[in-house]
Amino acid sequence: MSALLENKRNQIIAFVALGIFLLILPFLAGMIGQAWVRILNITLLYVMLALGLNVVVGVAGLLDLGYVAFYAVGAYTWALLASNHFDLSYPFWVLLPLGAFLAALAGLMLGAPVLKLRGDYLAIVTLGFGEIIRILMNNLDKVSLPGSDTVYNLTNGPRGVTGIDGLNFFGFKVRQGIEVFGFQITGLQLYYFVFLAIAILSVWMVYNLQHSRLGRAWQALREDEIAAKAMGINVRNVKLAAFAFGALTGGLAGGLFAAMQGFVSPESFGLLESVMILAMVVLGGMGHIPGVILGAVLLAAMPEVIRYVADENVQQKVFGLVVIAPEVLRNLIFSLAMILIMLYRPRGLWPSPDRKSDAGGSAK
Amino acid sequence: MSIDVLLQQIVNGLVVGSVYALVALGYTMVYGILQLINFAHGEIVMIGALAALFVTNALIAVGVPPALALVIAILAAMIICAIVGVSVERIAYRPLRTAPRLAPLITAIGVSIFLQQIAILVFGRNYFTFPEIIPKTPMQFGAVIVTPNEIVIFVTSLLLMAGLLFLVNKTKIGTAMRATAEDQKVAGLMGIDINKIIAFTFAIGSGLGAIAGVMVASNYGQAHYFMGFMLGLKAFTAAVMGGIGNLWGAMVGGLILGLVENVGLMFVRGDYKDIFAFVVLVLVLIFRPQGLIGEKVAERA
Repeated sequence: MSALLENKRNQIIAFVALGIFLLILPFLAGMIGQAWVRILNITLLYVMLALGLNVVVGVAGLLDLGYVAFYAVGAYTWALLASNHFDLSYPFWVLLPLGAFLAALAGLMLGAPVLKLRGDYLAIVTLGFGEIIRILMNNLDKVSLPGSDTVYNLTNGPRGVTGIDGLNFFGFKVRQGIEVFGFQITGLQLYYFVFLAIAILSVWMVYNLQHSRLGRAWQALREDEIAAKAMGINVRNVKLAAFAFGALTGGLAGGLFAAMQGFVSPESFGLLESVMILAMVVLGGMGHIPGVILGAVLLAAMPEVIRYVADENVQQKVFGLVVIAPEVLRNLIFSLAMILIMLYRPRGLWPSPDRKSDAGGSAK
Repeated sequence: MSIDVLLQQIVNGLVVGSVYALVALGYTMVYGILQLINFAHGEIVMIGALAALFVTNALIAVGVPPALALVIAILAAMIICAIVGVSVERIAYRPLRTAPRLAPLITAIGVSIFLQQIAILVFGRNYFTFPEIIPKTPMQFGAVIVTPNEIVIFVTSLLLMAGLLFLVNKTKIGTAMRATAEDQKVAGLMGIDINKIIAFTFAIGSGLGAIAGVMVASNYGQAHYFMGFMLGLKAFTAAVMGGIGNLWGAMVGGLILGLVENVGLMFVRGDYKDIFAFVVLVLVLIFRPQGLIGEKVAERA
């Protein structure tokens, strides 16, 4: 495969083929059902999230178990400022940058106090941070200031925020879809193209960042913090930059999530979600962009595909009876796949060719 | 916010904290030897609770006296958990001992999900009521109310912790465990069978976890397949707060976490109880990055 890709012409052919495939994919999925287009869109969001976390964990070597908190900040920024919860309706060019900015700010706030921590201590603090954000979302529906009886409802608690505006380009509502020459493109399919564009943009950004001065500093930090310091790298700023950039990507994805779903609730932002995104990065191949994308696509799409295959009807046909509840079977296969992939490919499915150690390698 | 309430919350905190401490010991022992966050430990605790619950009910149904049934059930749960723990180590962690450090963490997460699903298959999704065998009739000590059940939990935990400290510090196998934690390679050269010691560590940690599971189930009167998640998270937090890899740290961390949570309830609404635990953790780690009792590890270049 790699020998085949050495050839410049083959490379171009492969890229063009991939491009065409990505362009017709939502229509192929649409033929089976719009639910599959939604799965594609969610997968693209996971690609963005995995790319963002990859900068923190894979490139800079900082183990973050609360990454979903930034996703939540982005999603709630959009949800609260563009829904009937507060009767606000800001346009996307305010909401997306603001969500990303607030998430990056949260990243800095988390990063600053934990700079001294390393390895697994950092993991547990970030995990705690993620839980704090989730619990706040759950409970900020009945806030009262001391000495006053007025109760404010900030987040609507576990019921979540509904009726969120979609993506509107100056009057044009993406959610409603569009008809081009009698050919119907649904709203979800339009979202797919928006997400695809932003995902490609994130790949481009992460790639350039990784090969910039800052990116090399991150890698130096990952390989050996003390040596990096001795080489004149400002460890504090470089670490904060990693946190902020990762958070920014998460916040952006969060805003897009809220826009597409039209509904957010704290349930979507639990610890398991953070763990899943981390699993995507590690399973795919830390610090290696194609690997991380592969990991995200695999882990986001696999449960849905298994759900389809392990369906009760299929079991009925094969065994003549429903052996295991489909939901349980799905999770069983999913967890076994995670274990087996790691056992047989401990460095990930598509590891970086020049990677020496991994997160916290020098902290041992 | 009287002193009576404070005393009551301290007592409650000590009971909950002693259970946290038992679970935290399982995390910290494994971490001490393998530098691995054993994410599946919470699930082992859950399996212990459910297994003990089902065995107790089955034995009582055939006419065994409840107290005897509980003892047999706890022993059975310990054996089951030890077997599960050792198998998990053998299958999912041992092949990855020389792999990049995050690889076993991911398999641990996989194992955790896997064990939950197995628990659903074996026991079901319901919330099960744990039979009240040790009475929960409230007893009044001054202003403080305690149940016999709580006293048994607290005393048993203390005895188990003392036993573990004795095992690790005073026996031959304990010496081997400490040597393995210090340096696996050198310990191996000294004639210690590393694999056996690591398996033994998992067996002990899982056995303690099983007892902790029974304690939680009897304290709250119920058990279900998802109970291991939050408990494991809290216990791991306690282990880190105390200084991970350090037995005393896990015990102190567990007790402090229990106290902080329950005393904190006097000041914040119950919904924020979990936040309190994490905020305290963050504060502790900012001022003592190595944990409360953890030794300061020199940075190695």
